[in-house]
Amino acid sequence: MSALKIKKGATSHSAYNLRPNYSDTVERHTLAVLVENEPGVLARVIGLFSGRGYNIDSLTVAEVDHLGHRSRITIVTSGTPQIIEQIKAQLGRIVDVHKVNDLTVEGPSVERELALFKVSGKGENRIEAVRLADIFRANVVDSTLESFVFEITGTPEKIDAFAELMRPLGLQEIARTGVAALSRGAV
Amino acid sequence: MTKAMTGAKMVVQALIDQGVEVVFGYPGGAVLPIYDEIFQQNSITHVLVRHEQGAVHAAEGYARSTGKPGVALVTSGPGATNAVTGLTDALLDSIPLIVLTGQVPTFMIGSDAFQEADTVGITRPCTKHNWLVKETDKLAATLHEAFHVATSGRPGPVLIDIPKDVQFATGTYTQAKQVETHYNPQVKGDMDAITELAKAMETAKRPLFYTGGGVINSGPAASQLLRELVAATNFPITSTLMGLGCYPASGDNWLGMLGMHGLYEANMAMHDCDLMINIGARFDDRITGRLDAFSPGSKKAHIDIDASSINKVIHVDIPILGDVAHVLEDLLNVWKARGRKTNQEGLSNWWDQINDWRAVKCLDFNQEGKIIKPQYALQRLEELTKKHDRYITTEVGQHQMWAAQYLGFENPNRWMTSGGLGTMGYGFPASIGVQMAHPDALVINVAGEASWLMNMQELGTAMQFNLPVKQFILNNERLGMVRQWQQLLHGERYSSSWSESLPDFVKLAEAFGAKGIQCHDPDTLDDAIMEMITYDGPVLFDCLVEKHENCFPMIPSGKAHNEMLMGDASTDGAISGAGEALV
Repeated sequence: MSALKIKKGATSHSAYNLRPNYSDTVERHTLAVLVENEPGVLARVIGLFSGRGYNIDSLTVAEVDHLGHRSRITIVTSGTPQIIEQIKAQLGRIVDVHKVNDLTVEGPSVERELALFKVSGKGENRIEAVRLADIFRANVVDSTLESFVFEITGTPEKIDAFAELMRPLGLQEIARTGVAALSRGAV
Repeated sequence: MTKAMTGAKMVVQALIDQGVEVVFGYPGGAVLPIYDEIFQQNSITHVLVRHEQGAVHAAEGYARSTGKPGVALVTSGPGATNAVTGLTDALLDSIPLIVLTGQVPTFMIGSDAFQEADTVGITRPCTKHNWLVKETDKLAATLHEAFHVATSGRPGPVLIDIPKDVQFATGTYTQAKQVETHYNPQVKGDMDAITELAKAMETAKRPLFYTGGGVINSGPAASQLLRELVAATNFPITSTLMGLGCYPASGDNWLGMLGMHGLYEANMAMHDCDLMINIGARFDDRITGRLDAFSPGSKKAHIDIDASSINKVIHVDIPILGDVAHVLEDLLNVWKARGRKTNQEGLSNWWDQINDWRAVKCLDFNQEGKIIKPQYALQRLEELTKKHDRYITTEVGQHQMWAAQYLGFENPNRWMTSGGLGTMGYGFPASIGVQMAHPDALVINVAGEASWLMNMQELGTAMQFNLPVKQFILNNERLGMVRQWQQLLHGERYSSSWSESLPDFVKLAEAFGAKGIQCHDPDTLDDAIMEMITYDGPVLFDCLVEKHENCFPMIPSGKAHNEMLMGDASTDGAISGAGEALV
């Protein structure tokens, strides 16, 4: 029996990365994942992202319902629409996961992040740092003669902007909590 | 009713309450209390394997041939790590398993104790779910929950890690019905989507059922409903490797297996259909071939219980989330209520086209001369065993694909093969698990000599438990599938793909007290197979076959369904470009 219509030459794409029916635009989504507060549940979620090659831009986790034994994991991730759908479906089938909400598509939501900034300097720089902190509504939570620790709350973009301004003024360290997010309005 | 007992006793009690009859396992320090309890009861049979990987594959074979969850019991550390391949295998093929592992006492966890391993950490990505139980009071509830999770929704393997002090301590036993769970996957499909599919079935000119392991996992009712649906609509049906037996191979509408080594008519029908109805399959890369050329003109419906399988690699037009049996029942009712309509003229032309493809006779081969062709060996095996109450397991490689092509399966749960993970060494222990579940059936493991050697130690298990499993080894003294790919893709440089120093399989069988048969002559093959079937005990059948036979048809990597390689044609340049990087 002879070979049937075998076209010679290279195929133009890898069969693994073709996504013909979806947009290739990378989108940023904030997911709220309500989980059973069991040992290892965070490892399951992180393992899913690393094992399947998804991105984690930010991750926040804490118990939110002590009696109900529930924790809330807020994940900011990015990917094509198909990847985002896969991430939600994969999260949804983890046995310890109760609910997955995509805050980016389920209506308006608010996002906040808290950060601590250590800035050291003298003279003009020191005065300018306090002045800018005031404009950004950042609080001074620690002070020495040569340094401040500022506390700032806001969107990730606001915190990024504050970091840019502090950098030339003696920025030493930043600690960020990652994003916490809720949908707007009544449940 | 609650009562106090030790953790070890709870394990045995929970297994009994869950209806477990057989446990496959291997003892060790961290599970001795459980083994002590097993010794003191008669409800559960423990099968001592020779390696923990064998225990898990045997449990898989038991599960796949019965539809019930399989149970394995192994010790901590190396016992648990040896179970990892079996767990991953079961995860990829959605096989319900309960694997119990011993662990060092809770107060020693984290101290690098003797035979300590982070078992829940190691097995987290290769189980559906796992638990480390640190309190005896929670052990029974966790065991019951484990059975629920393993068998609900998309089935899969679960693991419970039990420290030795938890086994010794006394706690309160919780009954299965007292356990509350939040894990209850949706089984009923959305009626609007089902109605949309029924409408599409009424007008389709070139419809096709593409079925998979989900039909088998859904239970016997799903296979029954599928048969009814095929008979009522007269649509053609193909299946993945995992779904063989959900529709009878002798059925009129059967096109055979599809995919990389699937039948010409099945793959051509996939490529040219205008309505593809995926029932419990997952668009695996062995099935789709090149994605941008995958069935370009079809509307696609997909019935699956796992939301993450839908739209994972192929965008579908009609997604239906639910259990196959539930959805098929609703689909049949809706389609019948709407008047049992199909596009008669379109369907008639479609069958004409399919019959033309069938006429290519893609599985034809020439058995000439004095050397047995592997295809011939399987054709004779099929002919001489198909009337028996027969179960087939396989290893992985060319023989596995030939078995899928040349053996016919009339019913579900009769075909046990490692599909997703492709685990060499699966078939022999799996055949032991099948035989434990079906003591009077004819259980045959179709094997290659290389795969079979990977878990050959289980011959001891077969002998100890009087399991008359038949090991039908197609011996080509090559790693046949590796050799085939090296021929097609690597300039015929056969790097490490032949076996030197193979054992004398007849003497090997005899060393264990089993029967060995060797056959190299096509003329004596039938007699030799009959001798294997009629012998009451394990048989090692060393069938010496043509050494350089290739497995066809074949969709080369990176090619589309209508670009199949057939027979021993020139294969130069068959795989090129990006296809070379694929596996």
